[in-house]
Amino acid sequence: MENNKSYFGEIGAAIKTLATGMKVTLIEYFTPKVTEQYPENRKTTLHVAQRHRGRLVFKRNEDESHNCVACTMCEKACPNDTIKITAHMEEDPETGRKKKKLDDYQYDLGDCMFCQLCVNACNFDAIEFTNDFENSVFDRNKLVCHLDKEVYKGGSLPNILDGGAPLTIGKFNTKTK
Amino acid sequence: MFDFSIVTKWFDALLSQTLGLPSFWTILIECVLIGLLVLTAYALICIVLIFMERKVCAYFQCRVGPMRVGPWGIFQVFADVLKMLIKEIFTVDKSDKLLYAIAPFLVMIASVGTFSFLPWNKGMHILDFNVGIFLVTAISSIGVLGVFLAGWGSNNKYSVVSAMRAAVQMISYEVSLGLCLICAVILTGTMQMSGIIEAQTGPWKWLIIQGHIPAIIAFIVFLIAGNAEANRGPFDLGEAESELTAGYHTEYSGMGFGYYYLAEYLNLFVISGLASAVFLGGWAPLNVGITGFDNLMNMIPGFVWFFGKTFMLVWILMWVRWTFPRLRIDNLLKLEWKYLMPLMLFVLVLTTCCVAFGLTF
Repeated sequence: MENNKSYFGEIGAAIKTLATGMKVTLIEYFTPKVTEQYPENRKTTLHVAQRHRGRLVFKRNEDESHNCVACTMCEKACPNDTIKITAHMEEDPETGRKKKKLDDYQYDLGDCMFCQLCVNACNFDAIEFTNDFENSVFDRNKLVCHLDKEVYKGGSLPNILDGGAPLTIGKFNTKTK
Repeated sequence: MFDFSIVTKWFDALLSQTLGLPSFWTILIECVLIGLLVLTAYALICIVLIFMERKVCAYFQCRVGPMRVGPWGIFQVFADVLKMLIKEIFTVDKSDKLLYAIAPFLVMIASVGTFSFLPWNKGMHILDFNVGIFLVTAISSIGVLGVFLAGWGSNNKYSVVSAMRAAVQMISYEVSLGLCLICAVILTGTMQMSGIIEAQTGPWKWLIIQGHIPAIIAFIVFLIAGNAEANRGPFDLGEAESELTAGYHTEYSGMGFGYYYLAEYLNLFVISGLASAVFLGGWAPLNVGITGFDNLMNMIPGFVWFFGKTFMLVWILMWVRWTFPRLRIDNLLKLEWKYLMPLMLFVLVLTTCCVAFGLTF
């Protein structure tokens, strides 16, 4: 860089550059840290678009019943066997008609690739993707959801179903820096 | 000022007079006890230093550092040690088994040896010879041997190259390190550790004030050379952190590597401790010549002063380390042989002139 300097000139230049470096790091030492600590940060409201595919849920009617008839169209549409439906035939005692009854709708979030083919394949408007993306756990088995058993109401983050915090562009939502 | 020799004298009297033990047993018990204390202090300070290093480094680089294990990450070091302990220890084929095995211990011996010279408090010197300063430089040189044998014993050409670089660097920087200490010896007129501290008690008697210009230059050069001696900072050619493979301890796993890690951190502490003892007065409190203020300062125990000064210097060395990038070996050797050593020879003459003409405070 400064090879044309004399012996003592080089010392001066070196001390100057070293001091500049020290000054920069010292300022950095006292600036607030922007690192976000992830699990603690789950309370922060970020903007998440409503159409973001976070996970699969059952659509619920007013009386919390669902529309799934266990036709397994979604299971067949799924490219990587994320959905496993178990059902049995049941005879209605009044009409005598046989009807498929859903036993278990197993959805493995850990296998899902969020392609939405299952939602497109559903003829009964029974499933949808919600934008609740906050799914981290320490055990993969906890990612196996049984959608017919759980009644999904809102996510782990406040207002996430409405899109969370208002969309701001070009700025992180946490600290100002 | 609390004088720790009261405690040691009481303990000595307890063993030899109250219990009536012969002098052999008295000395043996005291030696074992002191050895245990030194090793405990060594381990404790190492834990503090590793944690401090990680936090300080993170703060300099605008991160938060370890936060998971325990509140504010304070148990991270214990988790790391546990991890290191349960790692598989393997030996290298066709390596020189003996040298491979003893090399970490040589490094540890050098580190603990110099550690024992630090003046903790008034009357609390573990090793206090009349040639103390000389012995410190002599014992710290054993570390070079450990580093070199580690590279040589591992049957790995890259380790040998790295060990040679580290050894060359440590040997080179020891020259200016020694010259800095000689400056202090000239200023205080003694080589004994306790004598050097004793000469720095009193108003404005810290060596860095007493010896003004030459002492300040010597202090700065001491920090630079010490940093290189401890294989740290921009001078850490020989090493890399735990999971990378680089340096002379590439072939060491588990605690073999851990010893090098430990020694590196304690060398940092030892260098800071020596710098604070020799140039900043060790346990000597800050006295300005006003009786009230001086009495107040004298109330603070010596080891608090010592630790305060030492950790301040540790922090400065960490600041340097996490600011500057690693340099090339020829640049480092150039710095030592073309700049620092001539400078220190000049400062040596300057110090002598200052002392001879009575220009010190």
